Formats: sequence, C-alpha cells, structure tokens
Amino acid sequence: MKKVKFLATAILVTVLFVSCSSDDDTPEPVNEEEVITTLTLTLAPNGGGTSITLQTQDLDGDGPDAPIINVSGNLATGVTYNGTLVLLNETVNPPENITEEVEEEDLDHQFFYTLGGGLDVTTAYTNFDSEGNPLGTEFTLTAGEASSGTLTVTLRHEPTKPNTDLADAGGETDIEATFNVTVQ
Amino acid sequence: MRKYALLILLLSSIPSISQNCDNTLFGTITDLYDGSFLAGATLIVTGSEQTVQTDLDGNFTISNLCNDTYSIQVSHLFCLTKGFTIKVSGNTNKNFKLEHHLEELKQVTVKGKTYSNKSKTILENTISKEELERFSSGTLGDALNSLSGVSSINTGNTVVKPLINGLHSSRVVIMNNGVRMEDQEWGAEHAPNIDINAVGHLTLIKGADALQFSGDAVGGIIVVEAAKVPVKDSLYGKTLFTAATNGRGSSMSSELTKSYQSGLYAAVQGTLKYFGDFEAQEYILSNTGIFERNTSLQVGLNRFNYGIEAYYSLFKNEIGILRASHLGGAQDQIRAIESDRPLIINDFTYQINAPKQDVTHHLSRIKGFKRFDSFGKLSLQYDFQRNKRLEFDIRRGTDKDNASLDLKLDTHTLMLDLDSHLTDAISLKTGLMARYQNNFANPNTGVRRLIPDYDKYDLGIYAIVDYRLNHNLLVEAGGRFDYRYMDVFKFYRTSFWKSRNYEEVFPKIIVEELDNQILTNPQLNFYNASATLGATYDFGEGHKLFFNYSLASRAPNPSELFSEGLHHSASRIELGDLRFNSEIGHKISLTFQRENEKFSFSINPFINAISDFIVIEPTEIQQTVRGNFQVWEYRQTNAKLIGIDFDTSYAFAQNFRFNHQFSLVKGYDRSLDQPLISMPPANTKNEIVYQNLQFNNLRLALQSAYVFRQNEYPNNNFEVFIPETETMETVDLSTPPDAYHLLNFNSSIDFKVTKKSTLTLGLGITNVLNTSYRNYLNRLRYYADDLGRNFLLNLKFNY
Repeated sequence: MKKVKFLATAILVTVLFVSCSSDDDTPEPVNEEEVITTLTLTLAPNGGGTSITLQTQDLDGDGPDAPIINVSGNLATGVTYNGTLVLLNETVNPPENITEEVEEEDLDHQFFYTLGGGLDVTTAYTNFDSEGNPLGTEFTLTAGEASSGTLTVTLRHEPTKPNTDLADAGGETDIEATFNVTVQ
Repeated sequence: MRKYALLILLLSSIPSISQNCDNTLFGTITDLYDGSFLAGATLIVTGSEQTVQTDLDGNFTISNLCNDTYSIQVSHLFCLTKGFTIKVSGNTNKNFKLEHHLEELKQVTVKGKTYSNKSKTILENTISKEELERFSSGTLGDALNSLSGVSSINTGNTVVKPLINGLHSSRVVIMNNGVRMEDQEWGAEHAPNIDINAVGHLTLIKGADALQFSGDAVGGIIVVEAAKVPVKDSLYGKTLFTAATNGRGSSMSSELTKSYQSGLYAAVQGTLKYFGDFEAQEYILSNTGIFERNTSLQVGLNRFNYGIEAYYSLFKNEIGILRASHLGGAQDQIRAIESDRPLIINDFTYQINAPKQDVTHHLSRIKGFKRFDSFGKLSLQYDFQRNKRLEFDIRRGTDKDNASLDLKLDTHTLMLDLDSHLTDAISLKTGLMARYQNNFANPNTGVRRLIPDYDKYDLGIYAIVDYRLNHNLLVEAGGRFDYRYMDVFKFYRTSFWKSRNYEEVFPKIIVEELDNQILTNPQLNFYNASATLGATYDFGEGHKLFFNYSLASRAPNPSELFSEGLHHSASRIELGDLRFNSEIGHKISLTFQRENEKFSFSINPFINAISDFIVIEPTEIQQTVRGNFQVWEYRQTNAKLIGIDFDTSYAFAQNFRFNHQFSLVKGYDRSLDQPLISMPPANTKNEIVYQNLQFNNLRLALQSAYVFRQNEYPNNNFEVFIPETETMETVDLSTPPDAYHLLNFNSSIDFKVTKKSTLTLGLGITNVLNTSYRNYLNRLRYYADDLGRNFLLNLKFNY
C-alpha cells in the first residue's frame, strides 16, 4: 500500500513538474546569412554615358514571392560595356554584400553568362581566380547587331575548373537569373 | 495383554500410514498461452524437496503424498517459476499452467515458431539473435528488411528507415527496451538511432494492435529488446568482428554479462563501426562513409516477485551523404538525373565531409515491477531521451563548418502498467502514460528553423483484455485514449503567412511582427482514440488463424505542421499546414499460419484504410534567385493500402531447407484516384540453406532477391527552362527504376575453442554478381547506383 501511495505521489509530482516547466522566453529570430536576395548587373558603356542595370530581387528568399526582374534600358549596337556584378542579402539590416564572400572564395565560384533567343552580344571575363581561371564578377559585354533575346547569369558553387561552359562545369547552382535584353 | 495391544497398534498403524501418505498427485503442465504441453518441467514439493519432471507429453506423477496441503514449485526452462498450493486428498489430478517467457532468455532460437506476447491476434515476426548477428556491420533497417512485408526507405545505404506494409516514419513506432524512440523519426532521411548489436530480440507487429505501447502506429510497431539475463551465477560474453571490402571498413562489437543466482545482474556492451566511401559496380560513391560509436549498460535485480532495472544507451553516428546528391534547383536536378554516373566522383577516402549528419542519442530508463498475488504485476518506468541532430550542408563563407540544422529533442516519459490475470482464462493489461517533450532549434545555424521550438505534453491511458474461451479460441479487445497538447513558437515568413491566408484563420497567435518574419505561438490540442479487436483460432497440429482489426489515430508531426522552406537534401521547398487534424487508420489483417518443422507457412492479407492521411506532393514550381524549385505541399487525403505477405519454409531433405517470401502492397490516394508515392514494389526472396549441426554447425545459404519494377506511381514530373539549350526539359522524378535481381551468399561454421567458448567463422558475399541497380525506395536513386559486390568476413567469439 505504501508503494502504491508512493507511486501515486511520484506521478502527481511529475505531472505538476511537467506542466509548470514551460517558460515564457520567446526564441530569437534567425536571419539567414547566406541568402542571396538581390543580383545587380551594372553595364557601364566604355566611352561614358548612362549605365544600364539589370536586377533581380527576391526579398523573401525561397518564400512564395517570385523575384522581381528589372532591366533599366536597351543596349546600343557596337558599344562595349564594362560589367560589374553585386550580390546582396537584403533580409538583414544593413544589407550584406555577398560579392565579397564570393571573391574571397574565388576558387569555389564562377559566374557564367549564357545568351539565348538570337541576342547578338559577346561576353568576356575580366577577373580571374588565384589560379588564373575565370571568376566573372567583372566582365565585358559587347553589343553587336540590333537584336533581342535573353541573357542568363548563373553562379556555380564548387564548379569543375577549368571548364568550357556551363555544360561541363558541374557544381551546384547558387544563382540563376534570366533577363530579357534588346540591342538597338 | 500388552503384547496384543502392541500388535493391534502396529497392525492398525501400518495401514493407516499407507492409507494417508500413499497418494499420488498427477496431471499435466501446459503453456498458459497456446496450451502446448511442456516437457521437462520440474516440480518440487516444498518441505520434502521431492522432485519430479514432466515427460515428453507434459505429464507428471508425484507419489507418496499424504492427505495434506502442499506447496509445489513448478519451473520450466522457458517459463517463469510459479508456486502453487495444492490440497491432496486421495489420488489427485491437478493440471498446471505456466506462462511462457521465452523473450526473457538470452538465446532466442526461432524456428518457424512465433511467440505472441506483445500482441495476441496479429502474427508477430521475430528475428533471431543469429540472424541479427549476420547484420552486425549493417543497420537495424537492414535486418528488418529480411522480413516479409518490410522494406526500407533509404538515403544511400547507411540511412535505412524501415517501411512496414508501405508505411514509414511517424507511422512506425519503435520501442527500444520499453522506451518509445523519440529521435525525430518524422524525417524520411532520419534512420532509427539504435545499435543493431545491442538488440537481443527483435519483434515486428504489422499493425497498431499493441496498444500498451502506443495508439498511433498506423503502420506498425517494432519492438527491440536487449538480451535478457538468466537468474543464475554466470559470466559470459561475446565479441563480433566484421570486415567488409565494400566501404573498406570494419565493425566490432563486444558484450559482457555477469549474473547471480540472487537475481542481480549487470551487462555492458559497445560497438565501433568505421567505413569509408562505399562503391557501386562501376564507381565510388563519394562521401558515403560512416563512423558509429555506441555503448549500452544494464544493471538490475530480477526476482520472481519484484525487480528493478536501469538501462542506459548512447548512440553516436556520423554519416556522409553522397556528395553528388547536394544540388541547387531544378536545372541541377536535370543534369544529375540525366547523367548515368554521379556528377561528383572523387578518390576513395575515409573522411566524411559535408553534406553529412551527426546524430547523438542518449536513452536512459529505470524500471521496477512488483507482483501482487491479488491483482497482478505492476510496473513503473521512467525514461529520458536526448536526441541531438546536426546536419551539415555545403555552405559558403564563415558558415562553411557550421551546421545548417541543429536540433535538440528531450523527452521524459513516465509509465505505469498493470498486467493481471483476472482468471485462468482472462487477462487484463492497463496502464497510464505521461510524456513531456521539448524541442530546441539552435538559432546559431544561420538557417531558419526547419522544426520550430516547442513543448509537447502527452497523456495516455489504455486497457486490453484477452479471453481464452476454450483451448482453440482466444479473443482480444483493447482501447486507448491519448491527449496531446503542443505549445509552439514558430517564425513564419511574412510572405508565406499572407499567401496561406493565416492572418484571418489564426489572427490571435501572432506574438511579434518583425521585418520579414512573424513570430507566432500556436497552441494545438489533439484527442486521439485507438482500439483493437481480434481473435486467434487454433485448429491444432500447428494450424492457426489470426484475425485483427485495429484503429489507430496519429496526430500530425512537427514536420507536417510546420515545414516552410527549402529542404536541401531533397532540393525542394516543403510546406506544412497548421490546420491539420489527426489521421485515422483502420487496418484489418488476417493470417493463416502452419507451424511445422518440416513444412511451415504463413499467409497474411491486409487492408488499411486511412482517412486524413497526410501526404506530401508537388503543387507548383517556385522561382527564386537560385533558380526554380519544385514546391511540395503536405495535404490530407483518404488513402487505402491493400497487400499480402507470404512466407514459407520447407525442409526438403535432411539438412536442407528452402525458404520463400513474397510481399505485395498497393497504395492509392482515394481522393485523387491515383497511386501513392514511395510504395514498395512487389518483391520475392528465395533461399536454399544447408545446415549440419553434426558438422560444426556448418551453414551455407544462397539467397536470390528479386525486386519488381514499381508500375503504379503518381506522375510528379515537371518542366523547366534550360537557358543553355533554350528548351523546356522534363525533370523526371517519378519514373521508377527497372526490376533487379540480387544474389547473396552466406556461410558460417562453429569451432569449439575451449569447453565454454565457441568461435564462429563466417563468410558472406552480397550482390555476388556485382549487379548494377537502383532501388525505387532509395532517395538517392536519381544520382547514383546502389551498392556493388561486397565480401564480408565475420568472426564471432562466444565466451
């Protein structure tokens, strides 16, 4: 009988303990550090003039909202542009510049510029990693004949280097953004 | 005169002695459960210490008893010793029943015989100790896979998750030494955290019948028990060593047990497993190594009337996940699926890099029992589990070596059970359960929490009655009620919160609104009822029919409720739903069994109808900066699973035996009228075994395993634009791989080293023909072939 009493008390105590143990502390939020929300491609004409920007911005990361894509203007035939690329994480305040991280880990990254739909432009890498293979946060873009099509920017993490193009680059895709571009 | 008187006294005394103390007590001793006669049982008459044994038919005779009341102690090798008080008057007939307790012994040899202890109206499948030892370097899932009706959902070859009659994860309850495993079992890529070498006895119940454990086992229950220690003075141990060519590694496991006649005992066990990259037929599966370290300790006192036991186990496992399976979006998936080789193949290494899992599971338990003559056996158990799970992804910058997932799950459980025999024919099991669980997701990962912080409270109560109507028929009925309360702190993305219209559905749960996230405090209640009803009919001569209906109710798990974001290991976005209610399964199973040394079989058809079945399926393609991802949303539907398991064993010649298994399950989504995803394809196993007990117990076994192609599957393919080729390409996630056939060989031979120790030498070859194949239920089948040929050398030393 003593044992039964003891057991009953033990259960009661545990239930009480259990039901009182919840605390009111709310957990702290996690701000994702690696998310890339914004990619901005700035094309500055070689001889001076207004720069053209191509931007994709997805402020909720892999949330349901689709990225907002913006192309500020058209390219001019025969003009060569100096391209620079900036990656931002705008889920944190102030926004974090991810380009620096990518440039620090240059051996593990490479940008690719893929053309589609008959767009007559050529691109060339102007910055390279420590082993002399392309990195691509800086590049040149030369517009040819009047045409329109797509320019796709792809960032591969841990690609096979050197490579000829996306097809044999391997690695995993960290960014893929397609812009509709016109040369006139 | 005096002489006469003496003579009369003498004459009258002789017959009076012979009349009073020349009685015979006779009868039979039978098994309380199946009524079988127990041969070799010992009866001891207390006082005179007169000892007799039953013959082969369970009969006994004790002579020279007086007209008196005697205490007789009846014992049998496989039973609990029991005391009886018998009134002898003349020649008396008395039959005794003993409770079979085979699972309390160390050596469990199951030869076509199943001992129904956890459930009486579902045929239980058990795996013998010898069989388990053959899987020493593998996993618990691999061992379970050898049973009909069980397959596994794998992530590579080291994360093996049991699938019972088509169901897995939260629908399969695993009881580890009386403790319900709480090891984040909801994830398909989370394998059970149990060391196969610590398992003494493994029982599978393909249903929710065993209500004493849980009421939510929609799929089934796996009961894992440590080897039981005999009540006698002894010291024994065992060391198992396995070396394997595939993975170029080995595993070693040792155990040592000390026991005393007084009932005191202690056992210690440990396992070390170390493997490098495994290999498919043609290439190395890079980053698939495993490093596992386990230990368990057990001390206790086991008396007939009371006992107490403390148990602790530590399981620590580091598992590499195939490097080539870590992908970005849909365009990466296309490349990986279309390539017939993994996209990343490196040289062989023992090193385990990201992506990887690092899991630690502590389990401790203290249990005591006391038998009361008046109302039965009362047990009280407290257990504590801590599961710490770290998952590492390929990351960038300062987070490179930081885990992406860091969860700590603590569970406390208190259970009170009463096991009583109301009469010889009726027994009753009742009990109460209280459980508290806390999940803590470490925010330092820099990745939004996959599973939110929560506190969970469970209360359960159950009763199961079984009634042996006569020698042939036993009926069983049970009911259980569970209450669950969850107190959760969950951060939702503001965009998701709005897109789901949760603003209007749950306006009151918002705690705080941040820049792009909303902190909420959902408080959920679930009331679950479960029940079972069954009968077993014994036709005699080993023929039995089992019928069982079970009702199981399962509350949605945290992943089904709260998922909201990219699941990296599946490269898809997974979305849960806060509005889910419990899913309810109705399973009817029928088994006809013939038990016989020469020819035995069992045939087990079943049907499982589940309402509000929670299923995850693709709904749309979502664009992100990283490319396109498929969105998989959890949804509730009505499901139906129908299947059959067939087992047979035939000793066709002396020392030769043929074993055959066939399993089939079909699963359908009744609402959408389409097949369910990840249903195991039909499969059959055929095995020829030669075993010669006279010749050093030589055993040679050749097994053929054939897995059919799954022809019924939902079409979840989708199309994605590829900029390089400017085309839309189909991402084929649905088409199952082809059928395959594997040949496995296994052999062993025993050598007596000393009087008390035996060395068993074994050689095994899995995938003898080095077949290249892919398994529909392997989550990495898109990226790489399954394992190629493997040679295993086993050494077992019993001492």
